[in-house]
Amino acid sequence: MKLIIAIIKPFKLDEVKEALGAVGIEGMTVTEVKGFGRQKGHTEIYRGSEYTVDFLPKVKIEIAVADDVVAQVIAAVTGSAKTGKIGDGKIFVLPLEDVVRIRTDEHGDSAV
Amino acid sequence: MNHSCLRKTLRQLTVAGALFALALGLSARAEVAKIVPPTADERLAALEAYVNNTDPGKSLALTPGPGHNAWMMTSAALVLFMTLPGLALFYGGLVRKKNVLSVLAQCLGITGLVTILWWACGYSLVFGTSYGSPFIGGTEFLFLSGVTSAPNTNYAYWVSQNVFAMFQMMFAIITPALIVGAIAERMKFNAILLFVTLWMMVVYFPLAHMVWGATGWMNGVWNAAAVIPAIDFAGGTVVHMSSGWSALVLCLILGPRIGFGREKMAPHSLVLCMVGTGMLYVGWYGFNAGSAVASDGIAANAFTTTTLAAAVAGFTWGMVEKVTRGHASVLGFCSGIVAGLVVITPAAGFVNAAGAVLIGVLAGVVPFLACTRLKAVFKYDDALDTFGVHAVGGTLGALLTGFLATADVNSNLVSAAYAEKNGLAALIKHGGLWVAQLKAIGVTLVLSVVGTIVLAYLVKALVGLRPAPEAEQQGLDITDHGEEGYIL
Amino acid sequence: MKLITAIIKPFKLDSVKEALTAVGVEGMTVSEVKGFGRQKGHTEVYRGSEYTVDFLPKVKIEIVVSDEIKDKVVTAIIGAAKTGKIGDGKIFVVPLEDVVRIRTEEHGDQAV
Repeated sequence: MKLIIAIIKPFKLDEVKEALGAVGIEGMTVTEVKGFGRQKGHTEIYRGSEYTVDFLPKVKIEIAVADDVVAQVIAAVTGSAKTGKIGDGKIFVLPLEDVVRIRTDEHGDSAV
Repeated sequence: MNHSCLRKTLRQLTVAGALFALALGLSARAEVAKIVPPTADERLAALEAYVNNTDPGKSLALTPGPGHNAWMMTSAALVLFMTLPGLALFYGGLVRKKNVLSVLAQCLGITGLVTILWWACGYSLVFGTSYGSPFIGGTEFLFLSGVTSAPNTNYAYWVSQNVFAMFQMMFAIITPALIVGAIAERMKFNAILLFVTLWMMVVYFPLAHMVWGATGWMNGVWNAAAVIPAIDFAGGTVVHMSSGWSALVLCLILGPRIGFGREKMAPHSLVLCMVGTGMLYVGWYGFNAGSAVASDGIAANAFTTTTLAAAVAGFTWGMVEKVTRGHASVLGFCSGIVAGLVVITPAAGFVNAAGAVLIGVLAGVVPFLACTRLKAVFKYDDALDTFGVHAVGGTLGALLTGFLATADVNSNLVSAAYAEKNGLAALIKHGGLWVAQLKAIGVTLVLSVVGTIVLAYLVKALVGLRPAPEAEQQGLDITDHGEEGYIL
Repeated sequence: MKLITAIIKPFKLDSVKEALTAVGVEGMTVSEVKGFGRQKGHTEVYRGSEYTVDFLPKVKIEIVVSDEIKDKVVTAIIGAAKTGKIGDGKIFVVPLEDVVRIRTEEHGDQAV
């Protein structure tokens, strides 16, 4: 199993969710985060005090998936989140040792 | 023997008491009997005096006029509304979210504290005259004794003295609350309360008496014996200069917030700030138009000039930003509106519409430079720009009043009873009022700066000024008040 | 590649960010979280009702780095976030199987 974390542009969330639904992903966790990569932030000025805001609003999606669908899921996310402009985000793939569905005590792939 | 003696004494006492009571009861009637009832002409003249806000003569003497009273009660409530919640929200939005409640608590605490001081001695020390002193009032109104619904004709023929006292109290509340802006996010609550108590006694009460007291040193309009015939309609010196300059001194003595210049200290909610600004704007009608202490033509003029100056200054500040920085910001509009209101304050009842527009333009530029350039050069941490807006704006307003005041809108500036005697009328007619204004500015500045230096070090020695660094980093909401502004 | 997650005191964010930039980290994701470890919370009283607040505001920083600079990054975070007082936070290092840059679809170290 893998934990897939995707950082995307907030307005792309709905499209990504649909694309993931199309490849059979039924659950995910979404968080509003701030971040930066190569995309530059902007400057805010309050009565002459200047603040550089590097951190831009992003959405973080976390999904646990079985090993055999990893490639499909990555393709779904890149396909739907891509605008081709800087700041599109990143996908991280982490090994996952176990997953437990709390309601049923199921472990492993069947809990995904 | 003892018995009969006692009975005799009792009887004598009873008789004496009865006679005394009778005399008391009759004396009023006897006096009325002696007075000739007012003629129809006198009664008509008294009603005209009510309309014109002049001396009613015998017929309606010491009777509050309903219209004037209604406006002054409304104005008093409007000025309170400026502090709670106007200024509290304006400042609350400008701090970081971990300190929003500390600013609200400071405004609330100051409101209660100053009300108690005002009742105990403040009103008497400002508006009493028993000392006959140009620098401080008197003792006759301590604990508001004798302050009833009858007017005090030293200040108004038609406004109840209790209403007048409450109206003036709202000014005494907002003035120290303004100081909070410069020391926000880094002064202990108990230190603030102690400082404000001392500051009211040493700086505000004497200064307010000098400017507005019937025997005041700088009361050009209402004191024939004023040594400095300066004018201040609604508190450019008393409220804005005093709080603004004291704020600068206090913020220098306190030192900057931890992380100042390195950490992001942007306002946490410009929405709250804008809501507070709107409340200040509306409340300021009570502050300025109410300072006519009547619902008369001077109040109407002040209402108009206040509107013009605030709108013009807000627009100017926004446009200056647009030109110099590319964005007209919400905080810029809000700052400009407040600056316009500050600068028009001493002038509101003395200048015409053109004067008000000119004041608005300058109020949009000069405090803008103070907040953006001056602060950047000298690097003092005036957290919410109390100095930049109130000290600079108040000083500018006091000076501009010296150039723009005209007897065309306010005949009190050339009154035979006062202005002719203390020299104000001559300054208005022949120019030179600005010199008297400069003197008043100097007196206010020296009193505020010296008073604050002494008191700040006194409070520092007694209870300390700043919270522990850890508490300051965690935020004053939790450490000083045990609450959080926003709960997840 | 490693995913480094650091939980720090909120006011330390700027200095940590500077320290990370200095060792060559070009992007990060930041979220406001609440948490507690050994640091005790505080008590809040609302009209006599007392609440113990165990969860204190923290900032979570997530960065992805190549294996070579992992140690440097951890050292940089420690150097910048440490006050020596309880509640300074923790750093977690998690192995990462893959990284994808959404805009270019680059994989692996290139995408970091």
